Amino acid sequence: MDLYEYQAKELFAKHGVPTQSGTVVTDPDAARAAAAEHGGLVVVKAQVKTGGRGKAGGVKLAQNPDEAAEKAEAILGLDIKGHIVKKVLVTPAEDIETEYYVSFLLDRANRTYLAMASVEGGMEIEQLAEERPEALAKVAVDALAGVDEAKAREIATAAGFGPDVFDQVVDVLQHLWTVFVQEDASLVEVNPLAKTPDGRVVALDGKVTIDDNAGFRHPHHADLIDHAATDPLEQRAQEKDLNYVKLSGEVGIIGNGAGLVMSTLDVVAYAGEEFGGVKPANFLDIGGGASAEVMADGLEIILSDPEVKAVLVNVFGGITACDAVANGIVQALELLKSHGQAITKPLVVRLDGNNAAEGRRILDEAEHDIVEMVDTMDGAARRVAELAAQA
Amino acid sequence: MAIYLNSESRILVQGITGSEGTKHTRRMVASGSNVVAGVTPGKGGQSVDGGAGDIPVFNSVPEAVAATGADVSVVFVPPRFAKAAVVETVDAGVPLCVVITEGIPVKDTAEFFQYATNAGGTRIVGPNCPGLISPGQSNAGIIPGDITKPGRIGLVSKSGTLTYQMMYELRDIGFSTCVGIGGDPVIGTTHIDCLAAFQDDPDTDAIVMIGEIGGDAEERAADFIAANVTKPVVGYVAGFTAPEGKTMGHAGAIVSGSSGTAQAKKEALEAVGVRVGKTPSETARLMREIVTG
Repeated sequence: MDLYEYQAKELFAKHGVPTQSGTVVTDPDAARAAAAEHGGLVVVKAQVKTGGRGKAGGVKLAQNPDEAAEKAEAILGLDIKGHIVKKVLVTPAEDIETEYYVSFLLDRANRTYLAMASVEGGMEIEQLAEERPEALAKVAVDALAGVDEAKAREIATAAGFGPDVFDQVVDVLQHLWTVFVQEDASLVEVNPLAKTPDGRVVALDGKVTIDDNAGFRHPHHADLIDHAATDPLEQRAQEKDLNYVKLSGEVGIIGNGAGLVMSTLDVVAYAGEEFGGVKPANFLDIGGGASAEVMADGLEIILSDPEVKAVLVNVFGGITACDAVANGIVQALELLKSHGQAITKPLVVRLDGNNAAEGRRILDEAEHDIVEMVDTMDGAARRVAELAAQA
Repeated sequence: MAIYLNSESRILVQGITGSEGTKHTRRMVASGSNVVAGVTPGKGGQSVDGGAGDIPVFNSVPEAVAATGADVSVVFVPPRFAKAAVVETVDAGVPLCVVITEGIPVKDTAEFFQYATNAGGTRIVGPNCPGLISPGQSNAGIIPGDITKPGRIGLVSKSGTLTYQMMYELRDIGFSTCVGIGGDPVIGTTHIDCLAAFQDDPDTDAIVMIGEIGGDAEERAADFIAANVTKPVVGYVAGFTAPEGKTMGHAGAIVSGSSGTAQAKKEALEAVGVRVGKTPSETARLMREIVTG
């Protein structure tokens, strides 16, 4: 899960990384009050989980509380790369003498951690890495040894930090590493890390990605989830422990296994090109052991998506044999009917693998007129795209 | 021959007394694996009915290895105990550790991978993977044993069900070894490791490689193929329609910015002469053309 800037800064403060105080608000009046409380010049910053806020007009200086309210009004509701701004952070403006960059991240390729640091911060780091790679120091960090003072000095030296800030940067790096490991993050990034005219080094922005798998060690991470920003269907799916991602399209997809479902989305999108550009409406992986309840939960969520015109169930019978999956579908349809849900959207089912013939027989005998079986994945994708286009 | 796993392999199951551990132990035995031991701390001295005789349970991996000579460990323990289980396997010097467990924090995986690298004697497959099978010889993990028959195609894949799908499509030709390497951001055995092993395996004639969005493993595999692989390779990449920033099921399957896209992976593979199928069935057709001439 990516965190908002204000959440990242809260974690920084918790673990001793020097940062600024700030107030998160959702309306202009609260921004005025926050600016009055902080006093003097403030920055009003859009809280969105994407970069390029400044360029998009999402970061503004305000001289006084009224101006802070004005700026907040202008920023709230902005669309920044598809993210609508619902919160702004009001924070005292710092004079900046120099901007630096530091981060720790997971290095997938080398299967360890990586520290990156530069004395040329401020700009997008992808841009710096491309235009001036020599200005960005990359230092491998052993997952077991971690970052102690000596390692922090090695990183600061590699990046070429000057004696004026060297010791402070070494200190920041060690505390930032604490954030990284103690919060189970896969990314912590400070851009810019700024030197103020009075010589302090402060994290003026923060980006943190935490590992959802580590939730059992961090019950408080659940509080960081922004439920208001979660799609309502995704939220319902989460409550039922379903692995569901809402997309924009007309064909509902259910399958077993992440790779197979991803592949199904692709095959449906290709087939959709022939039928007026229909697209998959969602990703839903019901996993290896698909019980009738899981199938019912999944079908219920997909059928309640008003965009969905037709549904494709694509299952390869491995650990769960196809006859069990077919029984699951039949029971799921009965369960939904008993809940009073009228099922009118066509359902294309492709079963292959373990006990596929028996599975098809069960669905045949159930004689649901909305259910249609197709033998191959490609054929099923074509048929469901056609049905969605006709609906 | 095959890679990593053969008829000589002696398997121990960590977490054998859990419901998943017991169920899949029986499946492994039914598909011909020699499961010699189980480990569950506190349950040493008990046994588990493997379907073809009782399998002794030990309190620790070193005890199990000393008593049975196990040389493959399959890990089914829950995420919070997985790191300790792998460390124990490495300490016991077991050469192959297959981690089936899904949902392990990446920090734990990075740490046990580093630990195994430092120790030097253990290959890790996974985590969050279906394991590997050398059809007709041995099956370590949860891949259904009856999808395909022995043959001369090698398969390496990030995805479990796509592995099954491909094994099924080419079941009449058969496979030497199929390895599900897992979809997590950090995995112990990579596409490249398997490509190298298949290249060196006299019983493998051609290789299917299945990738998905996220990371740059497929791009690096393409470089490796160009430099080191002379056997024909056919590829498939899942996730062309995945939007940026959304994790698609696997923890590692996410497109971030311009990196990790299926299109980039496909282009990298095609640039080094790998034929890449648009769908799983087309990929199977491409492989069929190669092996049947």
